[in-house]
Amino acid sequence: MPGMNKIVLKNLFKKPATRKYPAEKRPFFENGRGQMVFAKMENCIFCGLCSKNCPAKAITVDKAARVNTIDPLKCVQCGYCADACPKDVIIMQSEYYPPQYNKKVRSVKGPAKAPKPDAPTADAPAAQ
Amino acid sequence: MAAETATVDVKCNITFGPQHPVFPEPVQFKLEVVDEKVVGAAPVLGYVHRGIEKAFELNDFKLNPALSAKICGICPSPHTTAYCRGAEMLLGLEAPPRAKYIRVIVNELNRLHSHILWFGLLGDAVGFESYFMQTWNYREKVMDMLEKITGHRVYYATNGVGGVRRDITDTQLREIETLMKAVEEDMGSIADVVKDYTVKKRTQNVGVLTADEALLTGAVGPTLRASGIAKDIRMTGYDAYGEVDFKPQTADSCDAYGRAVVRWKEIYQSIEIIRRCLAQIPKGEIMLKTPNTPKGEAISRTEAPRGELFYYMRGNGTKNLERCKVRTPTYANVWPTVTMLSKGCQIADVAVIVLSIDPCISCTER
Repeated sequence: MPGMNKIVLKNLFKKPATRKYPAEKRPFFENGRGQMVFAKMENCIFCGLCSKNCPAKAITVDKAARVNTIDPLKCVQCGYCADACPKDVIIMQSEYYPPQYNKKVRSVKGPAKAPKPDAPTADAPAAQ
Repeated sequence: MAAETATVDVKCNITFGPQHPVFPEPVQFKLEVVDEKVVGAAPVLGYVHRGIEKAFELNDFKLNPALSAKICGICPSPHTTAYCRGAEMLLGLEAPPRAKYIRVIVNELNRLHSHILWFGLLGDAVGFESYFMQTWNYREKVMDMLEKITGHRVYYATNGVGGVRRDITDTQLREIETLMKAVEEDMGSIADVVKDYTVKKRTQNVGVLTADEALLTGAVGPTLRASGIAKDIRMTGYDAYGEVDFKPQTADSCDAYGRAVVRWKEIYQSIEIIRRCLAQIPKGEIMLKTPNTPKGEAISRTEAPRGELFYYMRGNGTKNLERCKVRTPTYANVWPTVTMLSKGCQIADVAVIVLSIDPCISCTER
């Protein structure tokens, strides 16, 4: 192909199109959907909306033990959990999940249940 | 006295696939050959069936766009668009205008990278591996833009029922315009394949599908338009296609070369459509609040890069759909392929004929 000669000459003087991975990693764009992270667990109220809105059923919310679990191998990085969370606990990060040797899930512990405020005592009705 | 001899054509069966270096996905064609000429073909599908239509019924219907984008890796955007439009029809709603323009921009960017991918595969089937590598490098620019807009290079799960989930900022709109100029410049190198002597010899008069046969066997997409028939679902004006001036691109040669010419013209047409959308995109909201009760039946069709994509959905008032049937374009193009193969082509042409319909087997088998 004569048109190829032009490309061959251009590529002789250009940097290679490949990167020397893992020494040089690709910078990710911002607002990417690479992995989900329980970033602000101190705000979590364990409502379970993230788990109900996960199409891959990768999130488990344990209200009694105050622990949230994400299975990174099931997660499809769609971002529905981040949209559904009412307290902005979950954020989507641009970097992908790291590869794993075995099927481990990630658990994060949340705050203990806040104690209920004391119920106001009713004034005894005035005795007549 | 010489004895009378009769000659008999000995037919052999040769299996083409499912593992074959020229196919992007596993499909098997059982070919009946007589001496290097193919006289019959039988497709065997089912190597990547995943049961997605059943999975649609098990999820909440608002979470299903994440699943429908997984049907195909090269064309997730038309699948999610068709699903969301079908769900909106079941709810009796329409997406807001800005959301419609964003859907068209992402759909056309998807078509751009899919057609550039196909040109790479065509070069590879004919033997030009360096061309394949260079073309897919040009495609990286479009995929980087899609990553900036949607968040992921391959899995654009930005369509939601009632609009789109993510907006395009003004900076990104300007970057898309710069990208269009870069793609037009790259097309000079990508389109070399359509002018090359070897490629013309390998693709002209190969895989001939006349206009009558195309209509009879139900061809869709560039396979149909290369036979001279100007049919494209974008002519119905869904989403914002009614507001950009759109005409289907055709070719008259009815062979594999004609399909390459149609895709080449469609790349330039997509660049034009994106430029018009960038000029006309309105401001406004991008997502409506939708109720949870889809009811009735709906049919939504979109134009995927490979042809007409058809979704039939039925809801019964609960938040799970009763049925969601998907008919993908490659599914409709299998019978035209068998017709083309059975006309007496050479074995070496089988790869070019099957690649000319742009097969996406994971779409076909869902």
